[in-house]
Amino acid sequence: MSNPTDLHYTEEHEWLRVDGDNAVVGITAYAAEKLGDVVYVDLPKVGAAIKAGTVVGEIESTKSVGELYAPADGTVVAVNDAVVASPELVNSDPFGDGWLIKIEVGALPQLLTADQYTALTGE
Amino acid sequence: MTDARYSPLHDLHVDLGASFTDFAGWQMPVRYDSDLAEHHAVRERVGMFDISHMAEISVTGADAGGFLDFAVAGKMSALALGQAKYTLLLTDGGTVIDDLIIYRLGDEHWLVVANAGNRFAVLDALNERAAGFSATVVDQSDETAMIAVQGPKALAVLQSTIGLELAEAASARPESTLSDLKYYWTLPAVFLGNPVLIARTGYTGEDGFELYIDASVAAQLWVALAGAGAPHGIVPCGLACRDTLRLEAGMPLYGHELTLDIRPAQAGLGKVVALSKEGDFVGRAASEVELPADAPVLVALVGEGKRAARADYEVFSGESRIGVVTSGALSPTLGFPIALAYVHPAHSGVGSVVDVDVRGTRIPFTVSQLPFYRRKKD
Repeated sequence: MSNPTDLHYTEEHEWLRVDGDNAVVGITAYAAEKLGDVVYVDLPKVGAAIKAGTVVGEIESTKSVGELYAPADGTVVAVNDAVVASPELVNSDPFGDGWLIKIEVGALPQLLTADQYTALTGE
Repeated sequence: MTDARYSPLHDLHVDLGASFTDFAGWQMPVRYDSDLAEHHAVRERVGMFDISHMAEISVTGADAGGFLDFAVAGKMSALALGQAKYTLLLTDGGTVIDDLIIYRLGDEHWLVVANAGNRFAVLDALNERAAGFSATVVDQSDETAMIAVQGPKALAVLQSTIGLELAEAASARPESTLSDLKYYWTLPAVFLGNPVLIARTGYTGEDGFELYIDASVAAQLWVALAGAGAPHGIVPCGLACRDTLRLEAGMPLYGHELTLDIRPAQAGLGKVVALSKEGDFVGRAASEVELPADAPVLVALVGEGKRAARADYEVFSGESRIGVVTSGALSPTLGFPIALAYVHPAHSGVGSVVDVDVRGTRIPFTVSQLPFYRRKKD
């Protein structure tokens, strides 16, 4: 699956869809593929203050545990209840219905473009 | 680190879109698409696994049976022609070098199947223990491929595989057809003129077969099995689902439940050590000594919710650390977390409640019966 060009990316394999002060965050198709079938996601609570680079959630597959890193400083304004109920959405639609959290961000840190992220993963 | 090793079926796996993982130095399929779908296929229909990384060692000679009786924990000389047995290779101290399946293939011919990661440890131990016996130990791992067909439709798949026929010698066996073949028994077969050993064994908790064939024709056999399996919904299965399947079935995995620090009795495998057999065997004296009263014992744990206890997570009772998880997953079949753990025997009774430290959060688990999953026999 190619990485959508309208998104920003992190080296921890998250994507951000930035809209004004808000950003929707998920993990990339590459990360989902590496994890295998996702069976459990643990997400921060709405209202939680998060700090860039810290672990704010977990994405578990049958075989392993992936950590969700905050891509920016901010506040969680929404979590995807659908993905909590149906974690397989992370695999089936990582850039869409498999989104994880929505955060209100102040200043965005340096993020990767789709091309830069694609180069990072070599795929 | 030596170069990665590849199965004789590697190119097929690449064509099937497999993701690969390192397993004991081998690049083996971890999944083809979805490990959950592969897991469910084996429980509900049928799946096929390349397990060519397993080690095959032949033992032949006039003293081969007596040699194996001395070398391993079970009485291999008592096996009938075509019979298989699960057994253990022990140290002098009575701990586990490897768990094995040994097949009797002739009057003076046995086949020892060992885990890939223990190939050389097993070979070294067998060669050392063979001193003084008229027995020959030969490593056949490189030229032997192994394919497992597992699931309720496994029999139907083998029966309809084009080019796969039972050998003439099979007709002399007490159970001379695949449908009559009992669990842990084998029949000789032929595939396109090449000998195949068909064993009714497996590592999934389902009915199924494991097929041993020369590596040079393994790809053709795989394709034939896949063709016969297509009407039954067969899928290729990777090591990820192999692990969740064997865990549900309560089967130990070397390096997790069995190690050089573990005695069989701790793992619930005391009966595999044949203390009633005549004569000495390696590990006998140590195995006759009772376990220390505080030796950790293997227990089955079940949890609620969806968070898995995984290997190496610590087990607590209150603030006391009482053990460690050796394998664990969210059970695809059962829908709740299951795990195997070594715990202090005071907490090993069925119904005991313990806590597992899941990355900083204590989650309650209850000691349960093994296996977690048992197939319905028809």
